[in-house]
Amino acid sequence: MNNSLTLLGLLSRQASYGYDLKHSYDRYFGTGKALAFGQVYSTLARMVRDELIRALGEETGGGPDRKKYEITVAGQDTVREWLFTPDVPSETLQSNLFAKTVIALLTDDDADRLLDVQRAEHMARMRQLTRLKQDSDLLHVLMCDHGLFHIEADLRWIELTSARLTQLKKELLSA
Amino acid sequence: MSTIGAASPVLSARGLHHSFGQTRALRGIDLDVHRGEVLAVMGPSGSGKSTLLHCLAGVLVPNSGTVTYTPPKRQTPLEINALAEPKRAKLRLTDFGFVFQFGQLLPELTAMDNVSLPLLLGGTKRSEAARRSTDLLDRLGLNGLGAKLPGELSGGQAQRVAVARALVSSPAVLFADEPTGSLDSLAAENVLTLMLELVREAGTTVVIITHDARTAAYADREVIVRDGAIGAGYRVSP
Repeated sequence: MNNSLTLLGLLSRQASYGYDLKHSYDRYFGTGKALAFGQVYSTLARMVRDELIRALGEETGGGPDRKKYEITVAGQDTVREWLFTPDVPSETLQSNLFAKTVIALLTDDDADRLLDVQRAEHMARMRQLTRLKQDSDLLHVLMCDHGLFHIEADLRWIELTSARLTQLKKELLSA
Repeated sequence: MSTIGAASPVLSARGLHHSFGQTRALRGIDLDVHRGEVLAVMGPSGSGKSTLLHCLAGVLVPNSGTVTYTPPKRQTPLEINALAEPKRAKLRLTDFGFVFQFGQLLPELTAMDNVSLPLLLGGTKRSEAARRSTDLLDRLGLNGLGAKLPGELSGGQAQRVAVARALVSSPAVLFADEPTGSLDSLAAENVLTLMLELVREAGTTVVIITHDARTAAYADREVIVRDGAIGAGYRVSP
């Protein structure tokens, strides 16, 4: 998740103090990984510098949490561009797992076990997300479901690869 | 990685082998299921997971190997596959509950009668069977649907009736073979959530057969069956 653009997106609803912005972020997106105040303020400072937001004057005390920020027109444009630009599907994990599987086969190691170990890790994460759903509101249920479906896709790849290990090994060793 | 707890297992399989003609369905399965745990048995189609369930539940006697079951409040394990079929049938009626992919409700009986049936077969009075069935149907969100025939219910509702029927006699072990395999995601989630709430409350041991990772994620742990054997990363330590 792009934290800067997410914060900018939250600011596009209404002007907000850094303190309130951090809590909005945590409420919607921070399950298990709340944003640090330092990260919020450094991001806000960078967005002021880039003219995506502006500070609406300082209140008594003058600390970063005493400033209210509002989004600029350039900031609004940036949010809309972010919203409607599709993300590149991430292949990092699968690439690494693919590499490990091939190496295991090439070195005559236990690729089946390697895939089972990865599967168990994926299943443990799925159990965590499933439990998290039990007492959550719909917003968090949807967030957990998003994670669950992605992990499930990885698991399907693992399943299919497990079923093809013998053939894959034959092809690798004959190449 | 899943680990096996120290408590003695409620079900224990050792060296299970079984063939159907030339097809070897089970090739030396060792598995422990602990009291009160929810275990998911995963694996691709034809991997042998349903055959394993049938052996664990005493529906099928394996060609070789043993399955032992320790009933509640009893120390000595019972060797299921050494029992004659009438005794295994009685055990299945009194100690085990079953949920299948397509409910397998009797179409000419109402939801209430389907649920009451195991109690009536076990000798419970009709009034008591009706009371317990109504309670369970209510707990499963089926209040007021007891008089409906299975054909008049949605897939999710019918499957919840099947869950009620499986749990009405308070089984020690519930066997569920692809219990949500015929349902959409939302209905499946609803059935699983309600079913597991009831079994966890009662301390029932559950064995769920599934190829679906999202269903397995409701369990406490999972094992993989591949080509009739437990996957390399999931085997019981000797």
